[in-house]
Amino acid sequence: MKVLVCISNVPDTTTKITFTNNNTQFNTAGVQFILNPYDEIALARAIELCEGGKGTVTVINVGEASTEPTIRKALAIGADDAVRINIAPSDSYTVASQIAEYAKDKGFDIILTGRESIDYNGAQVAAMVGELLNIPSVSIIKKLDFDGTTATLDREIEGGKEVISLPTPFIASCAEGVAEPKIPNMRGIMSARTKPLAVVEPVAATALTSISSFETPAPRSAVKMVSADEVAKLVDMLHTEARVI
Amino acid sequence: MSSHQNTEDQIHRSQKKDLYESPDYYLLDELLTEEHKLVRSTVREWVKKEVSPVIEDFAQRAEFPKHLLPGLAEIGAFGPTIPQEYGGAGLDYISYGIIMQEIERGDSGIRSTASVQGSLVMYPIFAFGSEEQKQKYLPKLATGEMMGCFGLTEPDFGSNPAGMVSNFKDAGDDVILNGAKMWISNSPFADIAVVWAKNEEGIVHGLIVERGMEGFSTPETHGKWSLRASATGELVFDNVKVPKANILPGVKGMKGPLSCLNQARYGIAWGALGAAMDCYDTALRYSKERVQFGRPIGGFQLQQKKLAEMITEITKGQLVVWRLGTLKNENRATPEQISMAKRNSVETALNIAREARQMLGGMGITGEFPIMRHMMNLESVVTYEGTHDVHLLITGMDVTGLNAFK
Ligand SMILES: Cc1cc2nc3c(=O)[nH]c(=O)nc-3n(C[C@H](O)[C@H](O)[C@H](O)COP(=O)(O)OP(=O)(O)OC[C@H]3O[C@@H](n4cnc5c(N)ncnc54)[C@H](O)[C@@H]3O)c2cc1C
Repeated sequence: MKVLVCISNVPDTTTKITFTNNNTQFNTAGVQFILNPYDEIALARAIELCEGGKGTVTVINVGEASTEPTIRKALAIGADDAVRINIAPSDSYTVASQIAEYAKDKGFDIILTGRESIDYNGAQVAAMVGELLNIPSVSIIKKLDFDGTTATLDREIEGGKEVISLPTPFIASCAEGVAEPKIPNMRGIMSARTKPLAVVEPVAATALTSISSFETPAPRSAVKMVSADEVAKLVDMLHTEARVI
Repeated sequence: MSSHQNTEDQIHRSQKKDLYESPDYYLLDELLTEEHKLVRSTVREWVKKEVSPVIEDFAQRAEFPKHLLPGLAEIGAFGPTIPQEYGGAGLDYISYGIIMQEIERGDSGIRSTASVQGSLVMYPIFAFGSEEQKQKYLPKLATGEMMGCFGLTEPDFGSNPAGMVSNFKDAGDDVILNGAKMWISNSPFADIAVVWAKNEEGIVHGLIVERGMEGFSTPETHGKWSLRASATGELVFDNVKVPKANILPGVKGMKGPLSCLNQARYGIAWGALGAAMDCYDTALRYSKERVQFGRPIGGFQLQQKKLAEMITEITKGQLVVWRLGTLKNENRATPEQISMAKRNSVETALNIAREARQMLGGMGITGEFPIMRHMMNLESVVTYEGTHDVHLLITGMDVTGLNAFK
């Protein structure tokens, strides 16, 4: 079995977000990048499915050379090999078209992504890759079992659960529940050194969207304290200032 | 084999989030490789997930969190510099230092367990053991399936271990071991002990003593105010029959134990700075949040002086251990250089812990914050592996050529 896991390189969750270039570009100066947490879940499940010689896990990242530490981390966690498509991931379509182009003739049985990347939260790549490869795509799964021929996927739906079974090949985006993310270990880090990381030049593909500008949320206004014996004042403020009643 | 399970109801997990970030005032990260940084983030992530939520409770109860052993082994904290063929990871010494630093950032007691297993048990077996001994013990020690301890100190011989009285006598295929060791980390649960004792000619040798050998017992030392989440005990040998095959063939004399201590002291030099950085990080964050007289206490000059001095000392310490690691990778670090770094890091950490504790006022004495635990732990760290005084005398002897020990 061959499993492909799509991984992205995203700012750490504690990053203070600022913009440059007239608010059209994310300012990466001083930002710590990490492996997208949902991709870690997908990767952990892929490794579990392939354990004991049942298959191989390839990770693919669409990004420039600066993403390689994150790719090495995925190799340290346990992926067998890695591919980096050498182009900045300017929008979901750019990413999806590069992944689809790479994967189309490699015979992957299962392709996994995270439910979304925690930077732009697009949640579109899995569906786009599915469409471009003409294979089934299932979004936001909570569980993934595979018996060698048929996969069983659980999805959460309004007020219940949907259980899907389907043959390979398919693509699915993974959420919490699919697996516990794995922390690499020292042997993994050492062996990641020598695992193959292929750099592939991109195919021509134009982004379908472009960013006009970014805006950060308005800063939270200060807390106003109303003393306990001024209930009427509180009601008045809720009515005239906050306008919630 | 030891049972490494604390039943789930003995483990109380704190919900408090561990927000630790390490200071890097001189951009020393630029001196590290991507691999070093991955080692660091790996161990930090593990410590935040597994150690921080439980350590305070175990320390308060003076209990060793045994359930952490498989995880420590799994990430590779036991003997990371030992080659892969014997179960290690074959990492360099900077990586080893980083691992110790990140673990001690969590707790000196947990770092002590890792130091003992890697530097004081696996290292002598690797460096001085026979091929059979290496095959028999190292892989199991690396996976934590087997835990070890290191017996050098005796009730009457601490700073002067060469005076030891533990001894063994020839008895055909075996030797008969007698004596007692004191203050031995991990002894209460260890499966094996690397014990240093004198033969009939008074020459020190290393022996691997296994739990279960008749006449061998390991009473626990209770009532510690320091390293409360680490188990300490004695090793008592009452005519213990040890097969000659368990004697480490590759070394004789004090060089054996001292070369182990060199490894461990190197790790402590990095480790103690981890405790220092945790105290600094905690105090810095608190100083921006705690408001008195209408402003954050971090705005007062007296508090800034404390923080400024802390980060200065931390930065100097970081440079020292990085340089020492580079020398060690090149096999050029002298024992005297290691002594200086061990002493400096622990002193730095103790001073920072004391200042940082004051910055938290009353909160500083509680288990809500890690500082007081670090401070108490460091009292052991400043004593074991050569006391603060002893390391000073080593430096003194090195620069003057005159021995002030006796
Ligand atoms: C929690 C803990 C864990 C430990 N774990 C281990 C272990 O796993 N294995 C092991 O073998 N040992 C272990 N030790 C023992 C430790 O290494 C010794 O405690 C240490 O070497 C000091 O010996 P001592 O306690 O006998 O003090 P002493 O040697 O009696 O020292 C007492 C005081 O005298 C000073 N002093 C001694 N000699 C001189 C001198 N020549 N000049 C000036 N001052 C001097 C010392 O600096 C110290 O301040 C541990 C200790 C502790 C506290």
